[in-house]
Amino acid sequence: MEQAAPDPERLWQPAPLEPLSHPDAGLESMVGEETKGARDEGPGDGTMTENNFSLKKIEISVSEAEKRTGRNAMNMQETYTAYLIETRSVEHNDGQSVLTDSLWRRYSEFELLRNYLLVYYPHIVVPPLPEKRAEFVWHKLSADNMDPDFVERRRIGLENFLLRVASHPILCRDKIFYLFLTQEGNWKETVNETGFQLKADSRLKALNATFRVKNPDKRFIELKHYSDELQSVISHLLRVRARVADRLYGVYKVHGNYGRVFSEWSAIEKEMGDGLQSAGHHMDVYASSIDDILEDEEHYADQLKEYLFYAEALRAVCRKHELMQYDLEMAAQDLASKKQQCEELATGTVRTFSLKGMTTKLFGQETPEQREARIKMLEEQIKEGEQQLKSKNLEGREFVRNAWADIERFKEQKNHDLKEALISYAVMQISMCKKAIWDVLKDCAVLFFFCAPSGRKKS
Amino acid sequence: MGKLGEAGLAATAGPARTLGMEGECRASQARSWGLPAGGAGGDSPGGDAPLPGSISSSSLLQAEVLDLDEDEDDLEVFSKDASLMDMNSFSPLMPTSPLSMINQVKFEDEPDLKDLFITVDEPESHVTTIETFITYRIITKTSRGEFDSSEFEVRRRYQDFLWLKEKLEEAHPTLIIPPLPEKFIVKGMVERFNDDFIETRRKALHKFLNRIADHPTLTFNEDFKIFLTAQASEFSSHKKQGPGLLSRMGQSVRAVALSMRGVKSRPEEFMEMNNFIEIFSQKINLIDKISQRIYKEEREYLDEMKEYGPIHILWSASEEDLADTLKSVASCIDKCCKATEKRMSGFSEALLPVVHEYVLYSEMLMAVMKRRDQIQAELDSKVEALTSKKADTDLLTEEIGKLEDKVECANNALKADWERWKQNMQNDIKSAFTNMAEENILYYEQCLATWESFLTSQTDLHLEEASEDKL
Repeated sequence: MEQAAPDPERLWQPAPLEPLSHPDAGLESMVGEETKGARDEGPGDGTMTENNFSLKKIEISVSEAEKRTGRNAMNMQETYTAYLIETRSVEHNDGQSVLTDSLWRRYSEFELLRNYLLVYYPHIVVPPLPEKRAEFVWHKLSADNMDPDFVERRRIGLENFLLRVASHPILCRDKIFYLFLTQEGNWKETVNETGFQLKADSRLKALNATFRVKNPDKRFIELKHYSDELQSVISHLLRVRARVADRLYGVYKVHGNYGRVFSEWSAIEKEMGDGLQSAGHHMDVYASSIDDILEDEEHYADQLKEYLFYAEALRAVCRKHELMQYDLEMAAQDLASKKQQCEELATGTVRTFSLKGMTTKLFGQETPEQREARIKMLEEQIKEGEQQLKSKNLEGREFVRNAWADIERFKEQKNHDLKEALISYAVMQISMCKKAIWDVLKDCAVLFFFCAPSGRKKS
Repeated sequence: MGKLGEAGLAATAGPARTLGMEGECRASQARSWGLPAGGAGGDSPGGDAPLPGSISSSSLLQAEVLDLDEDEDDLEVFSKDASLMDMNSFSPLMPTSPLSMINQVKFEDEPDLKDLFITVDEPESHVTTIETFITYRIITKTSRGEFDSSEFEVRRRYQDFLWLKEKLEEAHPTLIIPPLPEKFIVKGMVERFNDDFIETRRKALHKFLNRIADHPTLTFNEDFKIFLTAQASEFSSHKKQGPGLLSRMGQSVRAVALSMRGVKSRPEEFMEMNNFIEIFSQKINLIDKISQRIYKEEREYLDEMKEYGPIHILWSASEEDLADTLKSVASCIDKCCKATEKRMSGFSEALLPVVHEYVLYSEMLMAVMKRRDQIQAELDSKVEALTSKKADTDLLTEEIGKLEDKVECANNALKADWERWKQNMQNDIKSAFTNMAEENILYYEQCLATWESFLTSQTDLHLEEASEDKL
């Protein structure tokens, strides 16, 4: 599969062959903002260039989620969630936004979009979708896709996906993406008409290439190792985090049991009654505070999950390179063997074993005319082969260049985002500690000051 | 930690403030703000503390007035972070002297009244052909005249403590004798001589003897004195004296029969007492269970947490730009783990033993109640006999007279001891929970400091990088 230059029909304007090596100042600044804003809940910015002359900002948001019932392909009733995508265009001068499009999409349509992008932009690290099913759950979170918390987090994840695509210098210009945002009906047919499913590489072919390729670019080998490590370490982190969350939940909730006991005890106490009531109240507050704490942490976990899935996208790019390289190597090998055959026929020496050669030896030589014909055919094939090899080589180098540029862009984004995520984790811990201290003081102040003991009685 | 707190603690800021401004307002000295200052800090919190919960803006300004030469870095961190902490509506100036505020209400024993000091330590294992057992060393220091010497050292085993308790119960049936740690722990114990078990028992035995020493009546008990001072042979021969096993058994059978009658004629105040004891017993048992469960859950949380930090280190090995940040996060998590461990050990030392002791006390109280009822019942049965039989009236009247005295003594003893016990109980419980709150605050303060310093290091780096880019 050869796709170095994106099909002009799929873009709003013909894209330059090397879009990334000439940084477009307008796009760059937008991209910088996008990656920062990508995790905000509010609408983010994307840029579309039209005619390269005016920059129109657009805002994309996945603002609502709704349960729907419908009939699926097998005419059976099913329940699914639909998400409302709103697109607003922002006039550059006055900053006011106008709603330009709004439509409903379900998760499977997002998947379709992404699969399409993967096929047509194999040199790009395509942003991942939020997980299909809830994984790394701790006991409170249900693994049910209909659970409102899950749906909410998925809504945010889908919005994030669209923002990432919209802020990508190349992906943002794709027509199918544009139609995804603007054309509700008939979009699926339009995507399928591109025939992208047919153009996709077979998994088997890719796997074969991975094992058999002899000389892939070293950088891609390193990248593959990195993505494996990243995936492994983030999975491990998320697993342990889920366990920690589970345990912490247990600690807080058991404290809640104190609440009622203290309250009942306070009924028989005179001086200590108020203090016990207060302590009991504090325990109740403490026990219920865990819900908010863990919800915040869930957002943090989602940020890590995005990069867990990004690791897979990185590997996809590596696989594509391996496939192209393998293809090239096979073509070169094929050409070399044809050349050799040709030479042997021309000179009459048989260096390589061939069935034709054996049968010729056994059953008589072929006629000079036959031999001439064969040589001519081979020479034509060789010519063709050399052309193909040349273009394959060119494609391969082009792919490596483009892919590597996007990978560099991705690396910067990743470092920035993950650092922000870690910092936000620290901010969460800080606010949790402050609140806890405040709660203890507030509630236990009564215990300390209202019923100060008047000393032990000795004799 | 020289900042003054807020929120309703402004009342204590009153006397404390003056103390603070004269001396230096430092947390390390804050602990002495309590009793030794002639009771000024001690009485006012109880007396004129207003309703907490109102933030007094004037107390916030105290931070500027007080001498803040220490921990100014902390102050900077807080104000810098104010912009980052958008979630908190309360002032970023956290009261970092919460520990000092709590400590104001901690009271120390009045050392000048104590003249008997006892320690229990050095558990030792003894192996004989029949059995293996543990003895504990008991050191007594005293200035009392009735003791032959001023220092004693003896070795006793659990059985001996049991003997002492029974003797005290015999001598003072309606006094609240301190509880002994249990003979066996049923669940979770494989071996009697597990180190933790021995240490817990040692601490409980230490408490037991000291509570007796602090008791106004029990402290002068003769058996107690012998327990503390007699050497091995003298002690074992002394133990053999006194009513034998059979007679004791006989007493208890009669006791059960009588106690049923005693309940009916129980005076009002003892009905109230009994009611209190029942409810108290129920609640303290629940608290004991909950506390044990919390400890277990925290232990499991800590185990998981210990795995969490190292993963970040592992990750940092495959990253370049992120490596430092990841390593910092790992070190913060480790510090928080250490803080958790510290809090847990505080929990197991300050709260669990106290709660458990009061579980045992509640059982003791019910036994005391029964004994009182028995004594009452004895009198009642004699009175009944007098009214019905009309024979031996003189003898009965004499016996009734004695029994009436006995009942009055018993009741008064119990009443007085009850008040004392209640007071101690309130102090102990308050103290235990205060300690717990203190431990919690300390824990959160440590975690807070850890993460805040991480945050500043990250934002500082960011500013450094930004200024480098500009160059």
